[in-house]
Amino acid sequence: MTATSSSGTTEHKRPNYVMIWLYLFVMTVAEVALAFELPLSQNVKLLLLLFLAVWKALLVALFFMHLKFERWRLRIIFLVPLPLAAILVTVVIMEKVF
Amino acid sequence: MTHATQTLDQMRPPHPAEPGAGVYSSKLGMWVFLASDVMFFTALIGSYIVLRFGAPGAWAKPGAVLNVPLTAVNTFLLICSSVSMVKAFAAIQDGKKYFLRPVPGKLLRDGGLKFWLLVTMICGAAFVSVQVVEYIKLVGHGFTPAGFREGSTLAEHAAADPLRYGGAVAGLYGSSFFTMTGFHGFHVTCGVISMTYLYFTKVLPEKYSPQDYRGIEVIGLYWHFVDLVWIILFTIVYLI
Repeated sequence: MTATSSSGTTEHKRPNYVMIWLYLFVMTVAEVALAFELPLSQNVKLLLLLFLAVWKALLVALFFMHLKFERWRLRIIFLVPLPLAAILVTVVIMEKVF
Repeated sequence: MTHATQTLDQMRPPHPAEPGAGVYSSKLGMWVFLASDVMFFTALIGSYIVLRFGAPGAWAKPGAVLNVPLTAVNTFLLICSSVSMVKAFAAIQDGKKYFLRPVPGKLLRDGGLKFWLLVTMICGAAFVSVQVVEYIKLVGHGFTPAGFREGSTLAEHAAADPLRYGGAVAGLYGSSFFTMTGFHGFHVTCGVISMTYLYFTKVLPEKYSPQDYRGIEVIGLYWHFVDLVWIILFTIVYLI
């Protein structure tokens, strides 16, 4: 349940920050173990490592930066550069390939 | 004097939201800055991808040149600093301006804004210090932005095992590594300096209150973003 205060911030039930810290810690350990210990193919490792990195980044953005509880207008400011970034990387890669 | 400041803070009305995005302007400004920073780091990461996968030879294997365990500890430090930052934010929202306060019946003391922000600053400064130590060691072993220095330990290793150490593309590897981690380190340094400034000018004199904690929220957003970027960089630069 969320409500918007007069200060423009959104009031909400506070997330369990210590639990999120624990998730981040466990995933960091898992990343290092995955990169060096597990006998998986390079492509599988690459996909899993990228998945874990994006998951960790999402946890930070949603709960520590409170994007999960912000208004959509503010979320859009942060979301707009992401497709632009994807276009930038794709174009640069295409230029290299062709 | 302190009492007068506290009274003034408590009497100050909540800061009004401004038209547009519906948030106060310094927070909106920080979000817009972070959006531009997303593009900046994307340009760096995009260049890295193109350089790495378009390079004429294979990149060095993970852990061959870089000290991954040390950097994993550094990553953990930055994650801890993010948690302490958000705890500082929660503390001032609850009006806990103090450093530490005993809790009846509990062994651990309750941390306030002064404590959690100090923890964040220490973790941030430790991160930068470890990064400086890492740079010094790498350069000492012969890994520079221009590649492996002639006659260095790493150059000898690369000559003996060019596939593991990526000898053919060491220049590209060195320049992209130092550029990406260097810019991130610069961001962390700016964050630590900003927090130190806030700590002495606003936090210690108790100028923040549950009604007005804009500075803490804005520097917190920046700090979490720096953590977020490092999470991606650690994976891309050190583990892949």
